[in-house]
Amino acid sequence: MRRLLTVTLTGMAAAPLAGTALAADLSVKVELPQLSVAEYHRPYVAMWIEHADQTPVSTLAVWYDGKKPNAEGTKWLKDLRQWWRKSGRDLTVPADGITGATKVPGEQALTFTDGKAPLGKLAAGDYQLVVETAREAGGHELVRVPFTWPPKAPATASAKGEHELGSVTVNLKP
Amino acid sequence: MKLSMKKLLPASVIAIAALLPFEAQAHRQWLLPSATVLSGSDTWVTVDAAVSNDLFYFEDFPLRLDGLQVTAPDGTQVKPENTSTGKHRSVFDLNLTQEGTYKIAVVSDGLFANYKLNGANKRWRGDAQSFAKEVPADAQDLKVTQTQNRVESFVTRGKPGTAALKPTGQGLELAPATHPNDLVADSAARFRLLLDGKPASNVKVSILPGGKRYRDQTGEFNITTDADGQFSVKWPAAGMYWLGAEVTDAKASLKPATERRASYIATFEVMPQ
Repeated sequence: MRRLLTVTLTGMAAAPLAGTALAADLSVKVELPQLSVAEYHRPYVAMWIEHADQTPVSTLAVWYDGKKPNAEGTKWLKDLRQWWRKSGRDLTVPADGITGATKVPGEQALTFTDGKAPLGKLAAGDYQLVVETAREAGGHELVRVPFTWPPKAPATASAKGEHELGSVTVNLKP
Repeated sequence: MKLSMKKLLPASVIAIAALLPFEAQAHRQWLLPSATVLSGSDTWVTVDAAVSNDLFYFEDFPLRLDGLQVTAPDGTQVKPENTSTGKHRSVFDLNLTQEGTYKIAVVSDGLFANYKLNGANKRWRGDAQSFAKEVPADAQDLKVTQTQNRVESFVTRGKPGTAALKPTGQGLELAPATHPNDLVADSAARFRLLLDGKPASNVKVSILPGGKRYRDQTGEFNITTDADGQFSVKWPAAGMYWLGAEVTDAKASLKPATERRASYIATFEVMPQ
C-alpha cells in the first residue's frame, strides 16, 4: 500500500499546483485489533469518503487478498457490503494507489493530500471517513468519522469499533 | 444447448399441476439462490426450487424445472448445470461467466378445467393440445381457465445490469425501478407490476419474509399497485423475501379458456445496511 501510494503521489506531482497554498492533508489511523480466535484471517478493509448523506465520494484504500491465483481473493470483496454496493462493484481491482494487501493486527497509518489521487479535489463541505471490515469466518464492522473540509486549523476526530475495528482517527492539516 | 421452452412447457404444466393440490392456496412456489450479490471471477450460485407453506423451507414439494429459463446479462439463455429434482426440492447450479444481472425464471402457461360428468365434479389440468383428448366432449358446466405463472429470482455478479430484466410482455411480470439486487433494510424499493406488458393497476401484492419456522407470525404485508401499476416496498429487516401477485381477467389466449389467471412470484434478498 505504502509503496503503491508513493508511486501514485509522485506521478501526480506534475499536476500544476503552482500559485496555490500548500494542499491540505487528511491522515487516517486505523487500529486492527488482535483477536483471540481459533481461526484468524486478516480482515478485508475498505476505506472511503462519503458525503454527510452517505453518498460515496471516493475510495481511499482497499486491503484484500490479491495474491491468490486466478484472482480468487476477489470473491470476498462483496463482504465489504456497504462499500461494494456504493462503489466497490464499479472499481476494477487491483487499482493502482487504492488496493493493497491485507494487514496484520496493529495500527495502520495513511496520509492523503487534497488534489491528489485517490482523495482528489474535495469540495468544501461535511463528509465522513468510513472504514468497513469483513473477516473470513469472522465478523463485519463499519465505523464512520465525520469531518468538515477544508480544515481551517489542525483537527482530530475519531470513532471506535466494538468488535472488528479499534480506533479510527482522522487528522486534518490545513 | 439451446432450451426450447415452447416444447418443454406442456410437460412443466402437467408436472406442476400434479404436485399442487387444487385447494392448497397457501402453497407458495419459490426459487432461492445461495447468494444474490457476488464478486469474483469464477462465480457460481446454486438455486433451490420448491413449493411450500412456510418460507423458505423445502419440506413439501419440489418445483419442477421444465419451464426454467435463465437469462444472462447480455440477454442470452444460460444452461443450468447439475440439475436434479428430489423429494422436497429441485436444485441447479449456475456459472456466472458474465458480469451483471441474471434473471432466473420458471415459467408456465397452461389450462385448468372444472366440469361435471354424469353428475360428478371433475377437475383437469394440462396444455391446450391435450385438452380435446382428455376432457370429454360431453362434459357439463365446463369452465376452462388459462393459468400463466412466472416464478423468478435475480442474481448479480459485479455491477448490476438491466438487460436481463426486460419484460416479455406476456402474463404478469415485474419491472423493477429499484434494481432487485440493490435492496437494503429500512429503505424503500420501487417496482411496477405489468400485465401483458402494460401497467397492472390496483393489484394486491403480498410480501412475506423468510424464516417463519423461528417465529409465530407469517409477517405477511400487502401493498396495492397504483394507477400506473407502481408500488413501493420498505423492507423491515434484512433477509430473504417472497413477493406474489395474481390477476384474473377474461383475456385468455389459449382456447377454449374463457378466463385467464396470471400470477407472478419473486424471491428477493434484502441486505443489511
